[in-house]
Amino acid sequence: MIRITVDGKEIQTEQGKTILQACLENGIYIPNLCFLETREQPRASCRLCFVETSDAERPVTACTETVRDGLDVRTNTEAVRRLQRTAFKLIMSAHHCTPKTCPVAKPCQLMRIARHIQVGLNPRPLETLERDVQEEVDLTFFTYYPFRCVMCGKCVDVCRDRNERNPLTFAKRGFDTVVTFFGSGASNLPCDDCGACVAVCPTGALIPKPPPSES
Amino acid sequence: MNSVPTQTETEEREMIEAIEAMLPRFAKHRSALIPILQAVQQEHGYLSGGAMERVAEYLEISPSEVYGVATFYNQFRFHPPGRHQIKVCLGTACHVAGGDIILENFERKLGIRAGETTPDREYSVERVACVGCCALAPVAIVDGTVLGHMQPSRVEGLFVQFQVEREREEREKAEREPGGEQDA
Repeated sequence: MIRITVDGKEIQTEQGKTILQACLENGIYIPNLCFLETREQPRASCRLCFVETSDAERPVTACTETVRDGLDVRTNTEAVRRLQRTAFKLIMSAHHCTPKTCPVAKPCQLMRIARHIQVGLNPRPLETLERDVQEEVDLTFFTYYPFRCVMCGKCVDVCRDRNERNPLTFAKRGFDTVVTFFGSGASNLPCDDCGACVAVCPTGALIPKPPPSES
Repeated sequence: MNSVPTQTETEEREMIEAIEAMLPRFAKHRSALIPILQAVQQEHGYLSGGAMERVAEYLEISPSEVYGVATFYNQFRFHPPGRHQIKVCLGTACHVAGGDIILENFERKLGIRAGETTPDREYSVERVACVGCCALAPVAIVDGTVLGHMQPSRVEGLFVQFQVEREREEREKAEREPGGEQDA
């Protein structure tokens, strides 16, 4: 057991955990989208979990830093918030938020983050990014909505953990990046009773299809 | 994929057989993925779905992974090259001079996007980075010929030219064939 201080409050945690894990387990919320407990190497791609520590001069991502006894962590300094707000605005410039038609239970993770760092859900003052991708993509077992995808990669990673020959992958690159399947054996994929990717998606970019028997 | 003519099925089978023969040259390790894909493309001009699946099988990785890597790199093509290959330069100078408009003209005229081939395999359109003659911007390269100072009207003219050429070829062929029979 080691002790760290977060925003003046002392918490106990174990050696080897990351700052983000330690905080979340002790009920201290740090915004995050790409964090996945089972991931060996954090992707650290959402750039939302910044904190300031007594170790480093500049803010660091809480998902990549392991705890150390006596560490002093601050989650709400001005420098941290500035980084988080910029990162969040950049995410929102590509995530076309349509609260009325969005099937995700509200408040969604993005709403929660927006409230936490006190910004709106629009990308202003940044521009909305118009990506040249399809509105809806049929992935056999579920539907993929590229405009809601924030490229956190959680679905691709859980798929790799669960299935030896992971069917889900990122394809293309840059603004054209999409999550997709590839291969002719799509009908004998293990997706029917897995659904881990849909469950882990934080933004409603992967939505399960209703079973055909119901319609 | 369904709209591809059946002619490609035999082609695809032959391609996979050729790949089959080539694969043992490479180590059965994921690090060989890109060299294999490069070799396949060098030999066949593009990567077909079946080819990528066969490579995945050989390396014992998922086809999705092969697809993910292949689509990440600009150097890989997924459509067979057309009889006429059109390359539109989108380097800095051409971009500033409206190269994207020229590309769009080709795309609209042929009903395909950059990187694709028309279903009749006549034309393929590609976007390329600088081709080294920025003074001629915007530049297109059609069947190896550099066309400088491109304009939408010249795109139109190009296709008229192709049409005339095709008609002439057909006429010559028609003239030749009955003639050949008479000689025999």
